[in-house]
Parts: sequence; C-alpha cells; structure tokens
Amino acid sequence: MDCCTCNESDKSRQEYLAPLQTILDGYEGKEKDLIPILQESQEEYGYLAEEVLKEIASNLDLSFGQVYGVVTFYSQFHLEPRGENVIRICMGTACHVKGGDKILDKLKEELEIDDGETTDDLKFTLEAVACIGACGLAPVIMINDNTHGRLVPKDIPEILTQYE
Amino acid sequence: MGTVSIIIDGQQVEVEQEATLLEAASKLGIEIPTLCYHPDLTLHGSCRVCVVENEETGDLLASCVTPVTDGMKILTHTAKVRSARRINVELLLANHPNDCLGCDRNGTCELQDIAFDLGITEIRFAGEMKDYPVDDTGPALKKEPNKCILCGRCVRVCEEIQGVFALDFTDRGFQSVITTAFDHSHAEVNCANCGQCATVCPTGAITELRYREKVWQAIEDESKHVIVQTAPSIQSAIGEEFGLEPGTVATGKLAAALRRLGFDKVFSTDFAADLTIMEEGNEFIKKLKGDKELPHITSCCPGWVKFCEHNYHDLLDNLSTAKSPMSMFSSITKSYYAEKMGLDPEDIYTVAVMPCTAKKFEMEREELKENRVQSTDGVLTTRELARMIKEMGVDFVSLEEEEYDQMLGTSTGAATIFGATGGVTEAALRTVKEKITGEPLDRLDLGFEGINEETVKIGDRNIKVAIANGLANATEILEGVRAGKSEYDFIEIMACPMGCVGGGGQPLPTSTEIKCKRAEGLKSIDKSEAIRKSHENPEVKKLYNDYLGEPLSGYSHHLLHTDYQPRDRN
Ligand code: SF4
Ligand code: SF4
Ligand code: FES
Repeated sequence: MDCCTCNESDKSRQEYLAPLQTILDGYEGKEKDLIPILQESQEEYGYLAEEVLKEIASNLDLSFGQVYGVVTFYSQFHLEPRGENVIRICMGTACHVKGGDKILDKLKEELEIDDGETTDDLKFTLEAVACIGACGLAPVIMINDNTHGRLVPKDIPEILTQYE
Repeated sequence: MGTVSIIIDGQQVEVEQEATLLEAASKLGIEIPTLCYHPDLTLHGSCRVCVVENEETGDLLASCVTPVTDGMKILTHTAKVRSARRINVELLLANHPNDCLGCDRNGTCELQDIAFDLGITEIRFAGEMKDYPVDDTGPALKKEPNKCILCGRCVRVCEEIQGVFALDFTDRGFQSVITTAFDHSHAEVNCANCGQCATVCPTGAITELRYREKVWQAIEDESKHVIVQTAPSIQSAIGEEFGLEPGTVATGKLAAALRRLGFDKVFSTDFAADLTIMEEGNEFIKKLKGDKELPHITSCCPGWVKFCEHNYHDLLDNLSTAKSPMSMFSSITKSYYAEKMGLDPEDIYTVAVMPCTAKKFEMEREELKENRVQSTDGVLTTRELARMIKEMGVDFVSLEEEEYDQMLGTSTGAATIFGATGGVTEAALRTVKEKITGEPLDRLDLGFEGINEETVKIGDRNIKVAIANGLANATEILEGVRAGKSEYDFIEIMACPMGCVGGGGQPLPTSTEIKCKRAEGLKSIDKSEAIRKSHENPEVKKLYNDYLGEPLSGYSHHLLHTDYQPRDRN
C-alpha cells in the first residue's frame, strides 16, 4: 500500500507535495491556520500522510510532535488512507438494543476488517460511531451519505454490492 | 503590585495579588501535595491532588491554579479535602501498573510518596489497564506509557525550558498518551536527549535507558581492562543519593567507591576537560586572528549539539570541532593510554559516568567511531552509578577518601567548573587570555542565570561572551545572532538548566536550589585547587609532549576533533 512517499525519489516527493504547497500558499503560515490547512489537505489527499504533516509543521513553524498531537485529538482527521466508501455504524442506545452489534459483526465478517480499518482494495472503511440521529430506523448504518435502516445481518451483503 | 490578605487554617497571611493558594500556603509553611504542578513550569491544574476547601462555600479548589482573593478563608486538611485527594489519587492508581518493586523510580516516585502520605493502603477501584508497549529503543531514554499519569510535566519542560516540542499529548480520553510524532523513537525525532523530561516526571514513565547490566558484565569479564571516567559535576551531586547535603564535595569517596566496584582504573573526565580547553582555546585564538568566522560556539554538550544539528544548520560551522571531554577522554584511552600500558585497544572497555542522558546518544555517534569501533563503551548516569554502589553494599558515606589514578586522573579548577553554566567560558578564557597576553584572567564569577552576557578584556580586545543554559534560552541568543542583532565572539551553550549540575541523569528529586548548591560545590573545588588553569595540568602537558605534539596539530586533530551533520528540523 502506498501510504508513504519517503522512499521515493525526491522528484516524486515534490510532485506528491505540490498540491499541499498550493494549499499552504493560500495561508499566511500562522499557527492559527493549522486546522483549516489540515482540513483542506485531507480533502485533497483523502488522509494525512506523515510527509504531509511534516511539511505543514515546517511551514507553520510548529514541531512535528505538536501537529501530530492536534491531528490525533480530532476524530475528523485520519492518518491512514480511507476507503472510497465510508460505512458508519451506529452504536447508540436504540441501535444497541435492536442488535447493532450483530450488524457490526456481519460487516466485519464480510469486509474482513476491524472497526476503524480500511479494506486492502481501499473500497470500504468501517467506523463505529456513537449516534447518527436516526433512532427510529434502528439498527442503522450510513454509507457515505445514504442511510440504511431497520437492518438484519443478512441484508448486509446485498447492500455492500451496491457500492462495489 | 498590591497585596491581599487571606486566612489559611486560621492563620492570616499577606501575599501578592497574583499569588496562588498554593504559594500562600507555602508561605505559612503549610504543605499541600501536588503532582502536575512544578515550580519551574507553567500551571496545568489537571491532577486535582492539591485541592483545598473554601471555608465559606465548602467548594474544593485546586490550590495550584486558584488565585488568592482578599479575605478568602481556606482550609487545607479537612476530612473532606483529604478524602477528595485520596479519591483523586486512587483513580490515578486504578489504571497504574502495580509493580513498584521493579520500577526505576521505586523510592523516588512522587505518586508512591503521595499515596503513602494520604494513607492509601489498598486500590479500591479496579480500572481498565492501559496496555502500551515499553519503548526502549532509546538511545537515551526509556518510556513506559502505562506508568504515565498525564500530568504533562514532560511536555511542558520540553516546550517551555527546552523549546524542543518533541513530546505532546496525543489522542483523547482513555486513549490519551504522551508521545512523539507517529511514536517515532527519540533518535528519529528532534529530541535533544537531554532527559529533562525524565527529571520532571513524577513517576517511572520516562527514565534513562539503563546501561548498568552491560557495565557489570564488562567488569566481570576477566579479559577486559575496564576504565571509568567521571564527569566534573558528579562529585558535587552523587552524595545526595546517600543522604549527604546537596553540594557536598565527595570526590575522594567517589574514587574509593569506584574502586570497590572493581574498575581497573579510576580516572576523571576533568582531565579531558583540560584537554578540551587546550584544543578549543587554541581554536578560538585562531578564530580571533581571523582564521574563521566568529562567534565561536562550544560543543561539549551533546544535547545542544543535536539541537543545533536540527535547528541551526547555518551555525554548524561555528561550533567548536573539539570533541566533548567524554569523547576526547575515551579516544585517549584507546590510543595513548593503550600504548603506554601495552594494551590492545580492543581489550579496553571505557565507561563514562555522566550527569547526562544525551551522552548515551553521543556515545553511539558514527563519526566518533575509530575504524567503526566505539570509543566510549558505556555511559552511566549519576543515578545509575549510585544504584551500582548500593548494590555492592558499599557504605558510601563512611568511605575513606582516595585519589584518582595517575596518567588520566589529574584535574584543575578550570576543568571542575565545566560542570556548571559559565564554567567552560571561564576555563577557556583563563587559558586564552594567558596565551595571548601572558597575564592571568581575573575571576569572572558569573552567576547561574539562564542567559548571561559579559565583555571580557583580553589585551586591547573586548571579547563579547554569551552564556545560555536551557535550550529555549539558547534559542533566544541564537536568533539574535541569526538576525545579525548581536555580535558575540564566544557563546557557551548547555542544554540543561544551570548546566551539567542540572543534567538529566542527576539525582532526584531536584530543584533550582539543589542545582545551585551543586554548582557552588564545584566552585569551591576550583577555589581550593592548587592548579586552576587547564594549560598547567601536568598530565595534559605530558600527553602533548609525549604523544600529541601541539594542540590542533595533525595528530590531535585526528584524535580530538569531530564534525557535525545537519538533521531534519522535525
Ligand atoms: S529528552 Fe529533552 S528534548 Fe527530548 S523529549 Fe525529553 S525534554 Fe524533550
Ligand atoms: S510521562 Fe511523566 S511527566 Fe510526562 S505526563 Fe506522564 S507522568 Fe507526567
Ligand atoms: S497539582 Fe494542582 S491540579 Fe495538579
């Protein structure tokens, strides 16, 4: 999996970082710009690679450690590549009562990944979340912006094929 | 600045408006337990071990962060307060590994002491345990995140005193852990290996990477000739480990104890500090004559050198190329000493007792290896040596004083003061002035401030000197140099507060007051020493006569100088 550019030649590293440079050029290089820069960079690359964070740190005159601290604090930021489709499974009270954990087990089984992981083909990322506010449809999952509710485990394979 | 008056435990006290309840209580001699608070660092207010009760409202207040207000009535040890403190500590213990017996900080752990003082005899709450691996990739420090109570002292010292920012809080909630970016080893990030984080950590979560076992092995190996050298600052600090007053000069006992441990030769790094002055002093004289650009910057502190390699690529050329005293000493043991003694350098094992964790990193530097063989084989901190002495059952305090061995054991006053901030400067200028003008230098009597600036007249030239200890202070000086605002001739930098006396490997607990006493101890040796100038050290003179030739000559250059490598900023 290509998640790090450190071993590649300097040229391809520069190419990889070129879009980041454009993002950084849009800011004044101040500490206060950190969060929006991280957001834009993640939008661009899909996740925040080590090389990208290092570059951001140097540009904002921050240490790598500080930037890493901020990135790991917010759940919106990701250090690993993300799947094309993000599956969020609700673990809130209503979904729990209605068997949400069985849905989660089925998803794990079908995708062969754990909570928080991404499939090797980068198709799916699985995330257990607290509540997505659709308790009436419990147990419920969201794939990208689509809600799939009142699920039983055997519905899962059919739903997944819609995204493959 | 106005003052306010408050009542603590029925006693009235007048304090400055900005004071905290903790400071007001301490003025009355009332002790309040603290964990996340550290007198040298900014306030954090996270552990809540320091709570006190507001007598009027019954509220519990964290005394370390609560400012005084006029007329306040505070109770510091009510049943309610004691119970709250106890619960807060019990909650910390709920997910703390219960293996004090095997911990490096057993006996010096603040959490252990507080739990004892609060009368905690059992751990009532069985919490989920953290399960992080021990990071012993070093090269200087070992981290055990499971023992961390998230007080943030290490993060603050690294930021505020060192300006390095290698460590930070990462993740959230129960997953929170103090670590480097991407958990990289300290060798791979911008860490200076100074060990200040280890000295402020209240628990055993950050400690030095141990070398004791390897040194014991070498001592027991009959085929090895094991040499020990002790850095200048050890003699006025190690006594603390055995109950002596901080600053007690224990040079003779130290030599005696080292012999009891079984070292074949007991030598002193002070000898090599004099050698460093011979090389570095002459280097500086050449620069004064226009040989190379000024300022001349010292390079004996390995924490500072690594910091410079990360952050000041433009100043690497200004660093003295002289190796540190430790590394000079070790090179000499494997060349001159080996030759004189008829020993194969491969059979010599050179141990250095250092106040410092960064020396463990320096020891492994590729550029200091001769034919890929390390010159220093093992570095022990002051704390580690004390443990070895205890292990051998040596009663340090009642030892008869002994002398260091000859050939590499003679020290001068100049060498001794290397161990405190300003010492290298004073030692260097003593030799430089006398070389240039033939006249001795008047005592500089520099203080121990974080930043010190002086002008010293040598002949018709005013030498501008800057001295900094603590890397954040160094940054202040160097930014001035970079911006072309300050024109110094000589800059001395030590990574640790007050220099080696405040080193990351020195006895715990430590404080500014204790460091001052250690420094005063070294100054007292300098005052009483018969020889006070490096160039008058008879063993150093003999070394040049018999072996090296002139300072900076081809052979000394090969053996006693090094170079530096730029490293990534992060
Ligand atoms: S050793 Fe020094 S520089 Fe490294 S993390 Fe600790 S305090 Fe920071
Ligand atoms: S490692 Fe030590 S100093 Fe740092 S937060 Fe943890 S307990 Fe505090
Ligand atoms: S010492 Fe006051 S909150 Fe930690």
